[in-house]
Amino acid sequence: MTDQAKFSLDDDSVAVIIGSGAGGATLANELAQRGIKSVVLEAGKHYTQADFENDEWAMFNKISWLDKRISAGGWHHTQTYPNLPAWIVKGVGGSTVHWSGVALRFQEHDFHTRTTYGAVDGANVLDWPITLSELEPYYELAEKKMGVCGTKASGLPPMPPNNHYKVIEAGAKKVGYKNIVRPAASNSEPYDGRPGCMQLGFCMQGCKIGAKWSTLYTEVPRAQATGNMELRPECMVLQIEHDKSGRATGVLYVDGKGRKQLQKARIVCVAGNSIESPRLLLNSASSLFPNGLANSSGQVGRNYMNHATAAAVAIHKKPVYMYRGFDIAAVVADEVPLDTRRGFVGGYYLEGLAIHLPYTAAFMKPGGWGRDFASAMEMYDHMTCVWVCGEDLAREQNSITLHPTEKDQYGLPVPIVTKTYHENDDRITAHGLQQWRKLSEAVGATRVIDMPAYPASHNMGTNRMSEKAADGVVNRWGQTHDVKNLFVSDGSQFTSSSAANPTLTIVALAIRQAEYIASAMQRKEL
Amino acid sequence: MKLNPFKPAGQAANDASPGHEPAMRVLDKAPRVQRRGFLRGSGLGAIGVVVLPAAPALSKEAARALTADQSFTHLGKHAGRTLVRMARDIYPHDKLPDKFYVQAEAPYDGLAKKDAALKKLLVEGLQDLDQRARKQHGTPYLQVKAESDRVALLRGIESTPFFKKIQGDLVTGLYNNKELWPLFGYEGSSWQKGGYLHRGFDDLDWL
Ligand SMILES: Cc1cc2nc3c(=O)[nH]c(=O)nc-3n(C[C@H](O)[C@H](O)[C@H](O)COP(=O)(O)OP(=O)(O)OC[C@H]3O[C@@H](n4cnc5c(N)ncnc54)[C@H](O)[C@@H]3O)c2cc1C
Ligand code: SF4
Repeated sequence: MTDQAKFSLDDDSVAVIIGSGAGGATLANELAQRGIKSVVLEAGKHYTQADFENDEWAMFNKISWLDKRISAGGWHHTQTYPNLPAWIVKGVGGSTVHWSGVALRFQEHDFHTRTTYGAVDGANVLDWPITLSELEPYYELAEKKMGVCGTKASGLPPMPPNNHYKVIEAGAKKVGYKNIVRPAASNSEPYDGRPGCMQLGFCMQGCKIGAKWSTLYTEVPRAQATGNMELRPECMVLQIEHDKSGRATGVLYVDGKGRKQLQKARIVCVAGNSIESPRLLLNSASSLFPNGLANSSGQVGRNYMNHATAAAVAIHKKPVYMYRGFDIAAVVADEVPLDTRRGFVGGYYLEGLAIHLPYTAAFMKPGGWGRDFASAMEMYDHMTCVWVCGEDLAREQNSITLHPTEKDQYGLPVPIVTKTYHENDDRITAHGLQQWRKLSEAVGATRVIDMPAYPASHNMGTNRMSEKAADGVVNRWGQTHDVKNLFVSDGSQFTSSSAANPTLTIVALAIRQAEYIASAMQRKEL
Repeated sequence: MKLNPFKPAGQAANDASPGHEPAMRVLDKAPRVQRRGFLRGSGLGAIGVVVLPAAPALSKEAARALTADQSFTHLGKHAGRTLVRMARDIYPHDKLPDKFYVQAEAPYDGLAKKDAALKKLLVEGLQDLDQRARKQHGTPYLQVKAESDRVALLRGIESTPFFKKIQGDLVTGLYNNKELWPLFGYEGSSWQKGGYLHRGFDDLDWL
């Protein structure tokens, strides 16, 4: 960090990037490699691998975004996680420190769900302005960059099957599933200067040896090393400023010492994850943009998606030790293709996702107790665990809004995360849980316990892409319809959620966006 | 065949010597806690509770009460014992020695000293529980004999902030106690042992 570039606050030639997670840091590095100068403002601290602990709660408390957020709406999170609707990292690297590395591509129809599904009652489904074939080359680059093992792009062999994988795969085959995968952005052997996976099993706590891809130790230092990027950790952005013509001119932030600073900018790219990004735009309202910056459509903060999800554990007759090894086990992909005969649009993955004993106690049955609960916990070593990851339909009323009076430690209005599942989401999770039960019982599971969804880790859609300015917030390049030099570079751009985990797509979009920004700058359009 | 669960990395626990099938590295979940050991539990020290040397020839019951008693100098013995009894009724693991439940509840004593609102919640919550127990069974909660009766009393207060606080804190107070992890077949931190790469990440043998 010592030898990174330093830019002055009134240097208005820099790109200012807000957030250093999957979207922000990828964009920063791509720009830096092209010689474009940027300042990355990151709200959280700069932890390193030395700070990582193989301990679920210790790491949760260290790196999670724990500033107050309020859960509202019809989902169970209002009861179970009233101030923790979403599970996000506040720190350099963003949620790529916590993420478990499932790296899946979207399918063709995911980009035109409105055309494919038609108008869905009670949902606000829309086509993306881009297609799969447009994104494919960038998926290729993203897989190579992230080292997604088992792909042609990386050339890495698949991750070897661990115990947890073996049980789920055997069950899946018994019920007739064929498409069983394990798409991991982690090194199955040494790759790109980082070691091969030692099967630590704490991928979600920050990979201690750096086998798993995280912008913390890939994109961030590489961008810094070019001399074109300055990272400023512990800098929380409060507002994006603009001039009379409606051009973004800079951002106001609080630095680590509590001082307010104004960094000037040539362009501003927002990548604070799907709750903070719209919050920031809404909080940047002005007389020119009375409903929030880039919000002429009224869609900023709307269409909040986080996947139709549920989880379950299965208890087997013999030990499994699911926590031993890479935390993603077999991923069943047979329920992903569109098939409306099941009673819902969209599809889902059954993702074997190991959680350790402390999280199992917390998440298996929040609020649960008694012998029923305790007897299940005693079989922890015999458990397999699934996470159902299904398509979540955009609904306008699922939203990020600002609390009218309550403020956080920076003086910013506390965000309210409102979510009510669509019937379609409920059908997806019910189907997924039923299939998981069958699959587990096929290999002799004696008890299957359905769990509610975890706090949302896949946050999407609150600044969505749209062809027409009236339907969304950003265009095909993630550039806001209203403000030419303002970009959105994270998962909040998503128009549909697909069943696939979001990060590979966030990274692919960021690479593509960097290319666009660089050429637009060259053309003097920005 | 029982295998040593803690063979160092690199020394595969499942080496298939001739005539032996490689076997899964299975952990022994049986508790090995000596009474003296749990009276002097290190966890208690860690949370700042002074642990007196064990009095000789205590009955099991007395020893259990003693640990709870010593930990609750502020809230008092009865509160301490009741909280520990409650904890065991909420998450009943018959094989776990009391010390784990004491460790989970003992921090309340110190916290209540500094936090009046917490103290009120606990004191009033415990009073309410005892009152309900007296009404139904003629004794305080602690003396209600049958687990099922105590559980029924707890079900009655399940939605109160007092119960939610105790149950919620227990989730970490109990299951995040590293000392009890082995009893559940969970090994915890692995990087310092080279992960599970050579320690059974793929040794499943029963499918
Ligand atoms: C436990 C867990 C497991 C996951 N597993 C997977 C997986 O297997 N596969 C997958 O695809 N995805 C997974 N995800 C999701 C994945 O991590 C996110 O989709 C991805 O990181 C989102 O990228 P982002 O750029 O939108 O935001 P983030 O990566 O969250 O980065 C946002 C950054 O912006 C910072 N920030 C926010 N507001 C401000 C502000 N006002 N000023 C300055 N900085 C700000 C934040 O501190 C944060 O560092 C997982 C997430 C979690 C939490
Ligand atoms: S299992 Fe592999 S990727 Fe996960 S933490 Fe360990 S070394 Fe890292």
